[in-house]
Amino acid sequence: MLIDRYEPEDFFDEMFADKVTVRPHYGRIAERLQILDQAEHRRKQTAVDLAFMRSGVTFTVYNDDQGTERIFPFDLVPRVIPDSEWRRIEKGLIQRITALNLFLHDIYHDQKILKDRVIPPHYILGAKHFRREFMGFNVPKDIYIHICGTDLIRDRDGNYLVLEDNLRCPSGASYMLENRAALKRAFPDLYRSARVQPVDNYAAELRKVLQYVSPPSLGTSQPNVVLMTPGVFNSAYFEHAFLARQMGIPIVEGRDLVVRDAKVYMRTTSGLVPVDVIYRRIDDDFLDPTVFRPDSLLGVPGLVHAYRSGNVSLANSIGTGVADDKVVYYFVPKMIKYYLGEEPILPNVGTFLASEPEDRVFIMENLGKLVVKSANEAGGYGMLMGPWASREEIESFREQIRANPRNFIAQHPISLSRHPTWCGEGFEGRHVDLRPYILCGEKTTVTPGGLTRVALRKGSLVVNSSQGGGSKDSWVLYGDS
Amino acid sequence: MSDFNTPVPTAQKPISDRRDSQVMLSRVANSLYWMSRYIERSENVARLLDVNLQLMLDFADLNDQQLKEHWLPILCSAGDEETFFRLYERADSESVTEFLTFREENPNSIISCLFTARENARQVRDQISLEMFEALNECYLFLKSKNAREVWQSGAHEFYEQIKKYSHLFQGITASTFTRSEGYEFMNIGKFLERADKTTRILDIKYHILLPSIADVGGAVDAAQWQAILRSASALEAYRKFHVEDILPKKVAEFLIFSTTFPRSIRACMQRLDEDLHCLSGKERREYRSPEERAFGKLLSDLNFLTIDEIQNSGLHQFLQGVQTVLDRLDDHIYQEYMYHPPVDIQAEILLHQQQMQQQQ
Repeated sequence: MLIDRYEPEDFFDEMFADKVTVRPHYGRIAERLQILDQAEHRRKQTAVDLAFMRSGVTFTVYNDDQGTERIFPFDLVPRVIPDSEWRRIEKGLIQRITALNLFLHDIYHDQKILKDRVIPPHYILGAKHFRREFMGFNVPKDIYIHICGTDLIRDRDGNYLVLEDNLRCPSGASYMLENRAALKRAFPDLYRSARVQPVDNYAAELRKVLQYVSPPSLGTSQPNVVLMTPGVFNSAYFEHAFLARQMGIPIVEGRDLVVRDAKVYMRTTSGLVPVDVIYRRIDDDFLDPTVFRPDSLLGVPGLVHAYRSGNVSLANSIGTGVADDKVVYYFVPKMIKYYLGEEPILPNVGTFLASEPEDRVFIMENLGKLVVKSANEAGGYGMLMGPWASREEIESFREQIRANPRNFIAQHPISLSRHPTWCGEGFEGRHVDLRPYILCGEKTTVTPGGLTRVALRKGSLVVNSSQGGGSKDSWVLYGDS
Repeated sequence: MSDFNTPVPTAQKPISDRRDSQVMLSRVANSLYWMSRYIERSENVARLLDVNLQLMLDFADLNDQQLKEHWLPILCSAGDEETFFRLYERADSESVTEFLTFREENPNSIISCLFTARENARQVRDQISLEMFEALNECYLFLKSKNAREVWQSGAHEFYEQIKKYSHLFQGITASTFTRSEGYEFMNIGKFLERADKTTRILDIKYHILLPSIADVGGAVDAAQWQAILRSASALEAYRKFHVEDILPKKVAEFLIFSTTFPRSIRACMQRLDEDLHCLSGKERREYRSPEERAFGKLLSDLNFLTIDEIQNSGLHQFLQGVQTVLDRLDDHIYQEYMYHPPVDIQAEILLHQQQMQQQQ
């Protein structure tokens, strides 16, 4: 049958231990794939794609004046994680976000970690997203990162490594939820028999978090919580609307809000109505033209003043970007040791800092073997994949690194684990990562699974939706098989 | 320190202390209103075109002038003749139906109406039910596909049937999945305002039609045209239930203006509007809060007491225009009252907040 011809090749494969041995937690899926033929697969895929298109589970393609909306390609074969493996991941993620929240509180207050020379101060004080003007400012419940989407990858031996912490406005949670709904429709019997931990709680948990961090001045009143979007033209608008609907809160744009006497109001049919908590899906720079980019038309003049006055809460807080700078990433394992006195459960990918003289020499000598990333880019942009790059690209990065070493890090290429993925006529191995979603409120919770992104192009390691990536449903089982 | 060049922030609407999940953004109210209005409009345009294309089948061999005389009033009823003659030289079945169906340059073509409705729905996706969005989105995807024109070319009737079905489906889904709340009122007001307005325009078409000759009044052409008017308002069968005799112009006008039971008559639409307006304003019945609402209330009361003879004596066309004016002013009033907020001058706001921040430091 189709899956019998599958070739795991020389990679860590999520499903196959070797060419003939299916890992125990994929047992039921293997059985189901045994009886799946091309025609049935095509029917199911078409049904799923059509449902996504119809219900508008799409992203807007930029640089296209037709306003084209595309679906995020969805692969029907789910990625599976056994319970015991998940527990370790969950523990590691909670450990990491706890340390990161402590770190943010520290650097916006006493900066002990800098004074103790665990992190050289210039890395933090010179970081692009460090918000000096928020020194000494207290955020509700001392939580800076309320919503985090951490990118995990697996190396050749199947070890989970942290590739990136996304601490500003991580996206994709809606796809996690929509993918699950789609998969349940496509394979109801398989889903039921596999015993999978549900993800449906995400929106309810998120709403709890947002209510939990409402301004202390509000006392016990129910806060008015809103989701703030850059607007309908943003590529993630579907997600914004989806989450707002799931939480039952209004979705607002900058033009719906106005600030008077350091309080935020929304413009409603009953006049101006107060806003207490804003789940903002808009970067710091665009929040308030008074303080950050004066040319931004997306934000609200006076919003930062209201925030500083403690009259409105923002999730995530302003200034979290300093902790997902790729240079600061290098120091996260040290933060875990420093603040928690623990060994990191989930290690980083081995990283070199271009601004450290020794590292820089190594980077420059091995540019053709390394992956180079700029410190503040996301979405797979501003990257050099040494082993696959042309001579010109390598030389261009050499120049850039020389000019501004603080802006670059380098890593050994990790050959990401692979997963059987439908490729037109049968299953082939494609590289995957995993983005679990962590919510930090009264307690810290991790939704079981997350979003598995898959690089659909043969051999590609880039999983970003903007660059030919797709996604899979991600199952965490109740047991280990 | 005041400089008379310093921009001053615009005064905003009064502050309310509502903290409940029922508050509705003005932008959302506006989108719901227009989404609903445009869907209703598309349905009316579809019906109008369908009926008139069929009517043309009864009149073969019309010359250019006659074709123009038939189609021009229909264009006028949509108020788009200027845009039309920028795009086409001749007003005939082909050009007028294409213009009113597919031309995106015409904001009131079926395709423009439904694209705008869908864009409004996208703006308020968090407010409407998933089923409502899906119904509208399916219609949008159909119109965006090549299939749409193919269906139209192979049989315009099927195409317009499909458009009407999308509208009915949407309204049915709304009735069975949408919370009865403020948003529902805005959607209803959009729908009934549009419907009442379109009924006046459909009825007014006969005013614009230059009769071929006096002898034809009461003749076969005249009767067919009045029948087409009824069908354009989806009212032929309802009319027949009330009037067993022939289709008489006066009875048609009376039915489309005064019926309390036929849901597309001007009076029936206005009665619904009256209820929804009061739900929104929270005022007692027969209490009206603004000159526009009072003018509306007065017209409704006229409809309760006037007779068709009185209307005809003072001029049907004038009366219908009067209705349109009242509805237009009501539309503007609703916008001002619930949807409009004074614009924010970004530069003035920036200055204001910078000053406030400095004072605090």
